[in-house]
Amino acid sequence: MAGIPHDHYEPKTGVEKWLHERLPVVSILYDTLMIPTPKNLNWMWIWGIVLAFCLVLQIITGIVLAMHYTPHVDMAFDSVEHIMRDVNGGWALRYLHANGASLFFFAVYLHIFRGLYYGSYKAPREITWIVGMLIYLAMMATGFLGYVLPWGQMSFWGATVITGFFGAIPGVGEVVQTWLLGGPAVDNATLNRFFSLHYLLPFVLAALVIIHIWAFHTTGNNNPSGVEVRRGSKDEVKKDTLPFWPYFVVKDLFALGVVLTIFFAITYFMPNYLGHPDNYVEANPLVTPAHIVPEWYYLPFYAILRAFTADVWAVMLVEFVTGGIVDAKFFGVVAMFGAIVVMVFIPWLDTSRVRSGKYRPSFKWWFWLLALDFVVLTWCGSQPAEGMVPVISLIGASYWFGYFLIILPLLGVLEKPLPVPATIEEDFDAHYPPKDASASAAE
Amino acid sequence: MIKQSILAALVAFGLGSGAALAAGGESHVEDYVFSFEGPFGKYDPMQLQRGLQVYTEVCSACHGLRQVAFRTLGDHGGPQMEADQVKAFAKLFEVADDGDDAEPGDTREGKVADKFPTVSGDGMGPDLSLMAKARAGFHGPAGTGLAQLFKGMGGPEYIASILAGYTGHEKEEAGATLYENTAFPGGWIGMPPPLEDDSVEYRDGHSADVHHTSQDVAAFLMWAAEPKLVARKQTGFLAVSMMILLTSLLYLSNKKLWAGPKRKA
Repeated sequence: MAGIPHDHYEPKTGVEKWLHERLPVVSILYDTLMIPTPKNLNWMWIWGIVLAFCLVLQIITGIVLAMHYTPHVDMAFDSVEHIMRDVNGGWALRYLHANGASLFFFAVYLHIFRGLYYGSYKAPREITWIVGMLIYLAMMATGFLGYVLPWGQMSFWGATVITGFFGAIPGVGEVVQTWLLGGPAVDNATLNRFFSLHYLLPFVLAALVIIHIWAFHTTGNNNPSGVEVRRGSKDEVKKDTLPFWPYFVVKDLFALGVVLTIFFAITYFMPNYLGHPDNYVEANPLVTPAHIVPEWYYLPFYAILRAFTADVWAVMLVEFVTGGIVDAKFFGVVAMFGAIVVMVFIPWLDTSRVRSGKYRPSFKWWFWLLALDFVVLTWCGSQPAEGMVPVISLIGASYWFGYFLIILPLLGVLEKPLPVPATIEEDFDAHYPPKDASASAAE
Repeated sequence: MIKQSILAALVAFGLGSGAALAAGGESHVEDYVFSFEGPFGKYDPMQLQRGLQVYTEVCSACHGLRQVAFRTLGDHGGPQMEADQVKAFAKLFEVADDGDDAEPGDTREGKVADKFPTVSGDGMGPDLSLMAKARAGFHGPAGTGLAQLFKGMGGPEYIASILAGYTGHEKEEAGATLYENTAFPGGWIGMPPPLEDDSVEYRDGHSADVHHTSQDVAAFLMWAAEPKLVARKQTGFLAVSMMILLTSLLYLSNKKLWAGPKRKA
């Protein structure tokens, strides 16, 4: 593997040499585990491990749940109750799987915002970032498909609303929607294909995760200072980094322990807190719930979708210009997907030469406003679209696009960044001064 | 950075679950105290048995309980009835006959392996198997649902509040009679008041006024919806304790491991 120079695996015994010449699998594992990692990584660099754990947890619990689940409209709801009541430990599997999805998204949002703050998307890590966005999209799809499977009221109506987005595409919308559903409405064919795809996508996700790791192992990790590891010699590298094993493995496992303590407390003591009570009512195509709300992790984008109503001037303008082909509904759908797509282009939208937000005095404010915007949009998405909610949603959605399309490009030109440390070693030593230096400083 | 991110995310968490729970106007759900609340709460088997009696003698006339098997009435952590009691109880119910030479519509005596019958038809109410989890009692503050962190979802509280929430007023609307209820969203409910003082006579001599019967049946329905609650909390206690232990050890390992690079050794 290219990248930071470090000691590689040397097969020593005869067996090792025999295997290494035929399949260098030990070498790949060794290099992956021993990769030189910037020693100044802070606690926001632990979410990757949490996410890897989530993927494994979801796949294992999911495979066992699938052994007891029946994907049929007449039996799905009851088969989930069968799991909850009659399958040994079935209740634990299901609650871990349902809450595991929430932990997955909680961690991915912190992971993404970490990347946004420290400029992890900037050259040369564009591919890592883009693959990460693909992982996020695959997660969204998998989560949505999975939420339909228990066949509760929110499952059914959520599926109806979300697949309805595709129906908004001008011209071909209806055909596409029918094709996705396997019929004119959400029904048995829909449930079956959703189950099939919900089982398939996590393995696609796993493949993307391997590419994601491969990519950042090629470029090396970003770090809070945003300064690259010196690569002149192995000695230089050693001043800036520590091997992933054991230093970061143990650190990450400790952090994972803290996260899992909280996760288990939520799963075992309040397992339905993040769910919707309506999903304990079996799906009924004849009764529409009072408010159809997606799972919490989709709410910001749901708010953006609903923000662009027919009375927004931008929507009216686009509708007029396109001769009515792009109506408010389609505009909202494009805005929702656009809110994610725009993040894919951030490596080229951020014009700043300084990578880490730590050394960008104005950027910090805009970044934290974006984080606040995300929380506000989450709240908006959870509320009925009445009163001040549509107005706040529109402001929030505008800021979301404004941040990526206007503020980031301009900021790189207008902002005067603070001085950046010359090396990672210097950044680390500023926090943990060398013994003699601190002794002389104390005198 | 970390602290703020977590705070922001926590808020996001809470908001999500509060989603759309704010339906209804001035309905009031009383925050009753139940024995099964909190991380160490358990069902009270005697209360569940009283609740079962209320369900059987009153609710079952119009509401089914199709997810619950009679045999589970003897399970640990539930009503914990004796095996012969469960057997005798199951016999009180007529269930659909699934025998080889049964005609459609035939019924037979219930057996312990059967489930409570489904009740459907004109004027019948919804199945109650999951009712205690299908309703949230607490939505505040400001529709965020954060109160559920401390009070719980409020399903059994909602049920008990409905049953004890009739004011005695009624009105005719579109040919149907509606009854004023302080807990029901909108204030008017189609279900006639099912309970009055001494609707049932408890064998253990417990008071059977509406205040008590409504809470007893709510507790029973919580068990019906979540029969593994006690096992779940026990597992949770074990899981959290083990994680605290493991995490403490990892903390110490990490501290020791990094003491060198951080020049703290």
